[in-house]
Amino acid sequence: MTISPALFPLGWQHYLLGGALIGLGAALLFVLTGRIGGMSTVFSSTWSYVVRGPFFQQARFVDSRGWRLVYALGVVLGALVWWLGFAGGKPEATAVPVWQLLVGGFFVGYGARLGNGCTSGHGICGLGSLQWPSLLAVLTFMATAFLTANLAARWLA
Amino acid sequence: MKFTQMKLFRMLATLASGALFGFGLSYSTMIRPEVVLSFLRFQDFGLMLVMGGAVLVVLLAYKLTPRLLARPLLDDHFHKHPSTWNRDTALGAALFGIGWGLCGVCPGPAIAGLGAGNFSLLWALAGIALGALVQGLRAR
Repeated sequence: MTISPALFPLGWQHYLLGGALIGLGAALLFVLTGRIGGMSTVFSSTWSYVVRGPFFQQARFVDSRGWRLVYALGVVLGALVWWLGFAGGKPEATAVPVWQLLVGGFFVGYGARLGNGCTSGHGICGLGSLQWPSLLAVLTFMATAFLTANLAARWLA
Repeated sequence: MKFTQMKLFRMLATLASGALFGFGLSYSTMIRPEVVLSFLRFQDFGLMLVMGGAVLVVLLAYKLTPRLLARPLLDDHFHKHPSTWNRDTALGAALFGIGWGLCGVCPGPAIAGLGAGNFSLLWALAGIALGALVQGLRAR
């Protein structure tokens, strides 16, 4: 089968297989423990260990903070297996400037928590359970991300 | 005894699920901000396949499992996480997209970056943690 290299200049198989593995991870979590495994909640629930404010002490964070941290640790381990076993352990690096990573990250964290989900929470778990608010959230963040990425390429490059 | 054993199994299951998730994120190269940004700039549509593949598998699991099993294998009920559409969701998603478009890193890859030797992603991880903190402090 040939698929247009114009759409996928780096190939397409690793995208599809990698995506299916991401889905299998969230699926396995559900089948074994019944949990819905989005990724951004861990950033709020982990703060509940140290920040006493009422927002962070909500049951939804305190009751799930243990497993969410274990889940995140699993993500690190899975990435480590890939790095050492499949990528030859060469350090990965990015040319994106530090300030963009930091400021962009800040908006990612603030926005994902305000909107109750990120690319995995709304994008994978939300769409996977056919929830239309998640579809609207995905369309919204895709739109602002397209806009920002293209403007940044024009103005900051 | 049996109770603590079950808790241990649940912990290992959660760890293994996370590991699959993190391996998939790395294998699909979503931990490289350049790949994500090239999708957002319409140069490489791979991210559609990643998301599509993941959604399809999760859709099957979420739909079929509760029909085949009365409860998850290691716990007593299936969780639900209903999403709602309101001002916060809209504003939050819009801000998330602005940040994502600026750095090309979302929460999963920021965490996975720790294991994949991409230490510049620590900056994004710090930004995300800080953003989540400020959001929680401002919320009522």
